[in-house]
Amino acid sequence: MTGVGQAPQGTAAVGIEPRLQELIAHGDDNLVLAQRLGEWISNAPELEIDIALGNLALDHLGVARALYTHAGEIEGQGRDEDDFAMRRTEREFMNLLLVEQPNGDFAHTVVRQFLFDVYQRLLWADLGRSDDPTLAGIAGRAAREAEYHHEFSAGWVVRIGDGTEESHRRAQDAVDALWRYTGELSEPYAGAWRAGVEVVLTEAGLRAPDDPYQRGGGRVGFHTEHLGHLLAELQWMDRAYPGLTW
Amino acid sequence: MVSVAELRSTIGSIVDPEIPVLTIDDLGILRKVESSDTTVLVTITPTYSGCPAMRQIEDDIAAALRRAGVEEFSIETVQSPAWSSDWISEDGRRKLAEFGIAPPTPLGEVVCPRCQAGHPEMRSRFGSTACKALMVCGSCGEPFDHFKRF
Repeated sequence: MTGVGQAPQGTAAVGIEPRLQELIAHGDDNLVLAQRLGEWISNAPELEIDIALGNLALDHLGVARALYTHAGEIEGQGRDEDDFAMRRTEREFMNLLLVEQPNGDFAHTVVRQFLFDVYQRLLWADLGRSDDPTLAGIAGRAAREAEYHHEFSAGWVVRIGDGTEESHRRAQDAVDALWRYTGELSEPYAGAWRAGVEVVLTEAGLRAPDDPYQRGGGRVGFHTEHLGHLLAELQWMDRAYPGLTW
Repeated sequence: MVSVAELRSTIGSIVDPEIPVLTIDDLGILRKVESSDTTVLVTITPTYSGCPAMRQIEDDIAAALRRAGVEEFSIETVQSPAWSSDWISEDGRRKLAEFGIAPPTPLGEVVCPRCQAGHPEMRSRFGSTACKALMVCGSCGEPFDHFKRF
């Protein structure tokens, strides 16, 4: 099995400068999650939730755009945000496996968001102290947005987990199904991430599964079967009509 | 040739497309207007990551510069330091309240822009745009937007 964070031969991460790799990988997390959240628009259980999920998607998309633009500037080869978003293949994407997982029901979506939000709060606090002022600025803004996202997702995890028998079952199913993708996400902040997750799960009457199995590889371009389908929908128009603008 | 001060005031008075009572000067996103012999450089800082109005604002700045007879210019986006709702001017806050949007304050200090009653109920963290939350006044019953403190 490929360890989390290692870059085997022939993957996206080989030969990319670590600083650039970091910008692209975090951009990929945010782009892919934005695409997933966008799938809820006009399909959410309530109008307010529809708007909330759409707004989360917009924030994540905005973060991805800023990170890609900055990555292109650092790389200095003339690549822009669209080159990163629309013209790379699945194996070149370095997003976490968690964010590419399908929406499932509303419980799956909010649990996925919550697990990611806890990580994002730690990440942006960290990157806000970067010696790269542009990255620090992007992170400083994203950190405050992540607070709002976390309030929304954690609030719903508690409401659903501590709701009816049916909503509790669905929330626990979501935790059980998604937990295996949290290893690569929590790795850099293991203790703090786990603590931030546990406090909300406990309040929600939910528990982390006992099964220690973790699947990694997203950061080096080895994805679950879901990412290719997501990218097909995201990228088809730019690929069918290269260079199109609107 | 138009002076930099005139250009700054022209550009600064461009309004936010989603909150048309606020100028970009009120919002605090216009950072710098500089000019050399050959070109004009406008520097702005984006508000929210997900703000769809930023692109429109850039287009509006470009159009205003062309109307002022400036052909050579660039508009640069600077990410650092990150924008904060604290950058909204006092004038901007007053205009927001008059427009029916509670200006950015800590949640406990939000008052209804219609009847000034405090402690409204939050209906949704995410209102009509990404930067606003939806509140309802417990006193007069008016639903209103609160510009999130950010």
